[in-house]
Amino acid sequence: MGRRVLITGLATFWGGRVAQAMEKNPDVEIIVGLDRKEPTVELERTEYVRSDENYSILNRIVKATKVDTIVHTFLVVDSTTMSPKLMHEINVIGTMNLFAAASAAGSTVRNVVVKSSTLVYGAGPRDPYFFTEGASRTSPARTPVERSLASVESYVRDFAEDNPHVAVSLLRFSNVLGPDIVTPVSKMLQLPMVPALFGFDPRLQFAHEDDVVRAISFVLDNEVPGIFNVAGDGLLPWTEVAALAGKRTFPLPPIGVGLATFPLKRMGLEFPPEVLDLMKFGRGVDNRRLKRAGFRYEYTSAGTVKSFVEAIRLRQTVGEAEGYRYERDVENFFRHSPAVVRDGEGGVG
Amino acid sequence: MPTERKPPTRTSTRSPAAPRALRSTTRALVPVPRQVDEPEPILADPRLSDVDEWGRSERFREITRQLYDPMYRHWFRVEWDGLEKIPTEGGALIVANHAGAIPSDAPAIMHGIETELHRPVYGLAEFIFRELPVVGTAWARNGGVTAQPENAYRLLREQQQLVMVFPEGTKGTSKTYGERYKLARFGRGGFVEIAMRAGVPVIPIAVVGAEESMPVIARLPNIAKAMGLPYAPITANMLAFGPLGLLLYFPAKFKLKVLDPIYFDVPPDQPRYSRSKVMDHSEAIRETIQAALFEMLRERQSVWFG
Repeated sequence: MGRRVLITGLATFWGGRVAQAMEKNPDVEIIVGLDRKEPTVELERTEYVRSDENYSILNRIVKATKVDTIVHTFLVVDSTTMSPKLMHEINVIGTMNLFAAASAAGSTVRNVVVKSSTLVYGAGPRDPYFFTEGASRTSPARTPVERSLASVESYVRDFAEDNPHVAVSLLRFSNVLGPDIVTPVSKMLQLPMVPALFGFDPRLQFAHEDDVVRAISFVLDNEVPGIFNVAGDGLLPWTEVAALAGKRTFPLPPIGVGLATFPLKRMGLEFPPEVLDLMKFGRGVDNRRLKRAGFRYEYTSAGTVKSFVEAIRLRQTVGEAEGYRYERDVENFFRHSPAVVRDGEGGVG
Repeated sequence: MPTERKPPTRTSTRSPAAPRALRSTTRALVPVPRQVDEPEPILADPRLSDVDEWGRSERFREITRQLYDPMYRHWFRVEWDGLEKIPTEGGALIVANHAGAIPSDAPAIMHGIETELHRPVYGLAEFIFRELPVVGTAWARNGGVTAQPENAYRLLREQQQLVMVFPEGTKGTSKTYGERYKLARFGRGGFVEIAMRAGVPVIPIAVVGAEESMPVIARLPNIAKAMGLPYAPITANMLAFGPLGLLLYFPAKFKLKVLDPIYFDVPPDQPRYSRSKVMDHSEAIRETIQAALFEMLRERQSVWFG
């Protein structure tokens, strides 16, 4: 019997990408994807289950499907995309329910991967220049997203402690960029001029979206329990990031940013406090623990930015790629209809 | 052995024949280090600037050195004694006495070593620099790094760099003129502990001249508190030059004496070191610098001409 994998947040960028990667793995027998929205990428054999945002049906799903692996990608790290209340439901309550289900009596779960963010380290003047996985933040978490991620990580820790037979990997990703993902940083870099805080030129570290998916697959395949930072080698000053995008920076006043960025907010670009901290102090993490475990990055920080910029240029020339639309009946037909000839390998023939 | 693990492979080695019971049973959120011999591939790194991971830029330093050189040569007329004691390769922690409201010793030491030895010097300093717009960025590009054990260890042990630190900290720079050349407490000896952990020598430097380049007449603790600064001094320069005195140093003659490097007879990378040993070394280094300063002051005939 192969692995039976449950992916949370199937409709998110990461959930979809990880599900696609899992589908290619012949050792993975079953993939169940959970989300409150329909998948946004084309999937061949992943079973999509709609749930509410805090996964109240999770217990039943884990019992019914007897999954042995949970990939928890449904953690919101971009606080501009939703209200703090909904984010709390998804991050904190969702994770709580997930681990409650995974640690229920008779649970078959043996492997858990959680996708967290280096946001948990915060960004401040007293920070070390390279956070190791054991380091804690130097100032208390004050923004909703940072606080919710801190609670998420404490649930992960409790679960790992209470369930020593389960391999728990907690991956903390630094600023992710790539051809497809949309983040506050990727939005800033697509403006005609890149906003910066006057007088500050912070050091930033980037992870490529492909490396993120590869890192998740890596910890799944090799079962490496523990906390791992995921970030490309090297740090770049923000002005250089802008220069790689072929742009100049325009300075925002360090005080009264709210007022200065009001016009940008109307354009859909917000500067939540955790992003402002980052633009002031930057953040570096030590990425060597995952390397020591055997993972090999394909992009450095600068390479990540370049890959992102090239994808943007291509998109500006040829336009957006055709979006995928989930059609339940069509997907069910291909997966379950007796009319479809399957090759027995789990994929659609 | 609970730490025994499968050899890492790119493709999954999972198969029905390898039941889970054979795998490790001790699992927590504490990672089990797995050494992998596979070399790291060399990745494309399309950098556009030479700003390193600490924020230092050699190009920026070069410009600063060109601007600062006339000051170094003609204003302070810096004179070194024993510069050859600073190694041309390998990590070392440079410690010196600290003085002047806006310390003039740090740029002089960095400039001298970088121009003579052609190797970068990273200066450890208070985190307050990171909060300052413009100044903070210039400070970082010039090799300023906040004084934290993790930063110092990475620079000294892993990158074998020259690192400069002033163990007196702001206690040194906020000294009033009456306390000049009397060394303040050397913190809690953290610099010794870091040098021990990094397995590098400490190289003391005694600096004469900085005290007189911007003497502190009085301190204004209330203003410092209100402005969030470590100290707010009234300097003789302000009295003499008005607002310009914030930036303009008196042309005191600078003499820098490099003392013998101190090697510690302890293995590196220990989780902790004997507190008494650390404090003894710290105090001994303080006394060495103090003694050297008194000797240099005995020989000094003029504050302005040396």
